[in-house]
Amino acid sequence: MKFGRLVPLVLIILFLTGWEAICRYFAVPDFILPPPSGIARIAVESAPLLLYHAGATLLEILLGIALSVAVAVPVSVAMFAHPTLERSLTPLLVASQAVPVFAVAPLLVVWLGYGIVSKIVMAAVIIFFPITVSLLEGFKGCDREYRILFRLMGAGFWQTFRLLWWPWALPNFFTGLKVGVSVATIGAVIGEWVGAQRGLGYLMIQSNARLRVDLVFAAILYLSAMGLGLWVIVDALGKRVVAWKNQKE
Amino acid sequence: MLKISRLVKRFDELKVLDGFDLNALRGSFTVLIGPSGCGKSTLFDLLTGVVSPDGGSVSWMGEAMPHVGRVSAYMQQNDLLLPWRSLMDNALLPATIAGADPAASREKAAALFRRLGLDGFEAYLPGEISGGMRQRCALVRTLMFERELVLLDEPLSALDAITRRSLHGLLLMLQQTFQRTLLMITHDIEEGLLLADDLYVLSRMPMTILLHCRLKVPKPRKPDDPELIRAKTTVMARLDQELNHEVR
Repeated sequence: MKFGRLVPLVLIILFLTGWEAICRYFAVPDFILPPPSGIARIAVESAPLLLYHAGATLLEILLGIALSVAVAVPVSVAMFAHPTLERSLTPLLVASQAVPVFAVAPLLVVWLGYGIVSKIVMAAVIIFFPITVSLLEGFKGCDREYRILFRLMGAGFWQTFRLLWWPWALPNFFTGLKVGVSVATIGAVIGEWVGAQRGLGYLMIQSNARLRVDLVFAAILYLSAMGLGLWVIVDALGKRVVAWKNQKE
Repeated sequence: MLKISRLVKRFDELKVLDGFDLNALRGSFTVLIGPSGCGKSTLFDLLTGVVSPDGGSVSWMGEAMPHVGRVSAYMQQNDLLLPWRSLMDNALLPATIAGADPAASREKAAALFRRLGLDGFEAYLPGEISGGMRQRCALVRTLMFERELVLLDEPLSALDAITRRSLHGLLLMLQQTFQRTLLMITHDIEEGLLLADDLYVLSRMPMTILLHCRLKVPKPRKPDDPELIRAKTTVMARLDQELNHEVR
């Protein structure tokens, strides 16, 4: 158990040491590949700059998640309530997943402008599918016997939804949300690459053009930390809300 | 009494029920036994209104209705408790849905908890207690239904023998102490013999009654009661005949 937890840490340290050693031994110029120590230094020294841009990206991600959930919940409920709608929407949803986000990003910027809205929509688009599908699967996963029981108790659709289907699907919802928050970053950053005035993606593009590769890596570091932080928060929230799930047996 | 007359249900060309009749007396325990896939579950779906019949009628206490869903409670050997609600909140579910007075319902449920030895466990989640206790809680919920007819679905998973026996006791309590009318479908002959006032052996599709046993042995019964053993022999013989007929 203890050993198992140490393994990833050891691997990371080995990886970073190797990286540092290669950079120093071959005297790799900073604009090709900066050593981890250099990235760490810039991450601390340029913290105000990085945090300024990270704040913008975080806001885009959070609003993107909120928008996505706000749309995914009614859509999945409608699909669950009307199997015909599910049958007609599913192929469209699956097809939409096959479209690379890169392809739509420039369009969204054209339609919604260089401001924050295009990034929010981008993040929302990318996480809409996992959240909708996991919610729908959650609703459908409810056993037939429970539905008969609720039917005999005289519960209508919304009563059954509130008391049975929604709580039943909550663990699935959180699974979808966890997948969502870890990929929402991608949407926001791609949106910033295409055109923005702020954000870590914008900073990366700018720094890359100026051969400030260390700053690019520092931005990636901040992005990863942000993704991990969001994941941890959603995971903890999920464990709290669906505590009953872990209690069983 | 529950009266099922000339009930017909077809799925495309498949005739599941083709004029099925059954009467269950008020306050009695009726058990239906049949080979798997004989249409028992379809009969249940028709009674609860999950599917609509293609013909025939159902009536309860002389009143004809499309199905008896709104006068029935439902109990399964799988407890069907909601894992995120406390035992008390689970028991209150029928009252919550019906919009009954919360205080009065709570009082009634608390009395039933005491009666079934669940007092002190009201705030527990179903995942925190034993299977036997969960079933007692499901029984409280069934009693909170305020409905005289109780439909018992066949067990989905085999319970262990001890839990099963304690559940039998609870079902008899439902009939004798709380004067409910019970209709149970099962594939367990032994169980049927221990509980039934009227035991029906069913055929393969289209489902018909092959045999009706009226069992007058007082309950609780012992499995080695001579009359039950005689009945069991008859039931087994009739089922064998049905199954052999099918092989040919």
